Amino acid sequence: MTEKTFEPRIIGFLCNWCTYTAADTAGVSRMEQPANVDVIRVMCTGRIEPSFILKAFAEGADGVIVSGCHPPGDCHYTNGNFKTFRRMPLLQALLAQFGIEKDRFHWGWISGAEAPRWAQLARDFTEKVRSIGPLNWSRQLANKED
Amino acid sequence: MMDAGRHPNITLLTNSEVIGVSGYVGNYNVKVKKNPRYVREDLCVGCLQCIEGCVFKKPRFPDEFNLGLNLRKPIYLPFPQATPQVPLIDPHNCLQLKTGKCKRMCAEKCDRKAIDFEQKEEIQELKVGAIVVATGFKTVDPARIPYYGYGKYPNVYTALEVERLVSATGPTGGEVILRDGRKPESVGIIHCVGSRDERTNRWCSRVCCLYSLKLAHLLKDHTGAQVYNFYIDMRTPGKGYEEFYNKLLEEGVFFIRGRVAEVTDWASEPEEEGKLILRVEDTMIGQVRRIPVDMVVLSVGLEAQPDAAAVSTLFGISRSPDGFFAEAHPKLRPVETNTEGVFLAGCAQGPRDVPDTVAHAGAAASMAIALLNKGEVTISPTTARVDEKLCSACKTCLSVCPYTAITFDAAANVARVNDALCRGCGTCVATCPAGAIQGWHFTTEQINAQIEALLRETKKEAREGVPA
Repeated sequence: MTEKTFEPRIIGFLCNWCTYTAADTAGVSRMEQPANVDVIRVMCTGRIEPSFILKAFAEGADGVIVSGCHPPGDCHYTNGNFKTFRRMPLLQALLAQFGIEKDRFHWGWISGAEAPRWAQLARDFTEKVRSIGPLNWSRQLANKED
Repeated sequence: MMDAGRHPNITLLTNSEVIGVSGYVGNYNVKVKKNPRYVREDLCVGCLQCIEGCVFKKPRFPDEFNLGLNLRKPIYLPFPQATPQVPLIDPHNCLQLKTGKCKRMCAEKCDRKAIDFEQKEEIQELKVGAIVVATGFKTVDPARIPYYGYGKYPNVYTALEVERLVSATGPTGGEVILRDGRKPESVGIIHCVGSRDERTNRWCSRVCCLYSLKLAHLLKDHTGAQVYNFYIDMRTPGKGYEEFYNKLLEEGVFFIRGRVAEVTDWASEPEEEGKLILRVEDTMIGQVRRIPVDMVVLSVGLEAQPDAAAVSTLFGISRSPDGFFAEAHPKLRPVETNTEGVFLAGCAQGPRDVPDTVAHAGAAASMAIALLNKGEVTISPTTARVDEKLCSACKTCLSVCPYTAITFDAAANVARVNDALCRGCGTCVATCPAGAIQGWHFTTEQINAQIEALLRETKKEAREGVPA
């Protein structure tokens, strides 16, 4: 029986104005990027509650990306990215305490003009998560429920 | 300016600054501080006898308008076409205002009793529907580029200083003379000073090529000097501009392609004695050259005003990474900001030349008038709403809102979102510890549902025990 190869599932929370635009452009320009990253659009990274990332891991994601506009001046909403800047490092520290490897969670900035950078991130991050292996949180949770 | 001052529908508040803005589109309250001028605008007729009368018989203080190239008195008209044509008193240098001990000759000379040393600053509150921010730009301080010797060698000028020198109303009456009174026989104009440079500003300031060409033309015309232009690229887009460049080539202005390395007075040949030497790689011939000149003009670039950060906070508008105010969309909405009812005009948004500024300002005025005439605004449905039953009145949301769209209703003990101000970023939604705020179209349920839907298969596999 052939072993099923591990395909990481990655959720990306992208802000509408910068990284989502970059991802859109990357797609329209047919830049090579893996199908492992699924994107959820929010208006601003400031909208992203840490619970979304935890929920994504709990539902079975192997990696999560949060990306928005470059600080300081790029944010469409003046300073939403600053909130992300404060929240995400705290969350990353918390994730480590939950036993989630640091590399499973990426947060950063990609502007609307940086489509190649998004494609690169999608490729690199997928490979990184692939090398770490499955998180199996959903399986553990499923076992607990049984 | 004169026309604006005379227009019956335009109130011009000069010598004033905005100190507070509250409200939202259609209902802005603007607090304006009018600084004292010490001359009553309602009485003064602009005869300027007061300036003549001033106890300082000779002008002693640097004239700001002429960039310190000449002197003025403590009571002065800022520049010949100033609107209104009313002089003002500089409180830092006026004897009466500084020490209270002066013969007050200016007041004595004034037939209309317009001089008022008791004037205080006035705070005015204006109710306006729309705001146009047209705070302009600042030229790059050439002291940031020490190797061009500005401030070290007296005959290194900024383009704006030369602009005053060639002006018929300028400090020399249009005569181009160096600081020692000599007429320059050769002039070097250095382009891109503080533009297109990783060490200062990275952007092209857009106007410098053309104003350098204009100055080259005028300097050649006024003095007959040999004029050298040192440029990286000649950027002359616009109607008639390339033709002007070609005209200058025919006039015999020299163009050397290369960024000047330094300006020095260190002569290595006898003919360089007493001159400023520009060291430059002429990239057209691939050689390093030394060009001795009498006068160096630095074509300084444009950058955002030093107080742009404070102004952006005041009006709730954002700035692009270069420091200029950010437009709502770089191509499709170049006049609007992300704050409804606040528009941008001119170089406050980015470097542009006069015709472009006029067009931009016209667009800003039209947009403001169109907005006001309509009487109502269409807003995006993506806004935040507070569930008043859940709100615990912690006021955390108030501090995170970049648009001050959330107010606290003390009577009802709940936070309320103003739909007209809210842009729907959702920061408050993520912040609310009670989960009382929902961002429409991006509710927590909706986002959670998206996460679940995307990972449904993975979860199913986990439940069925299929090896991942």
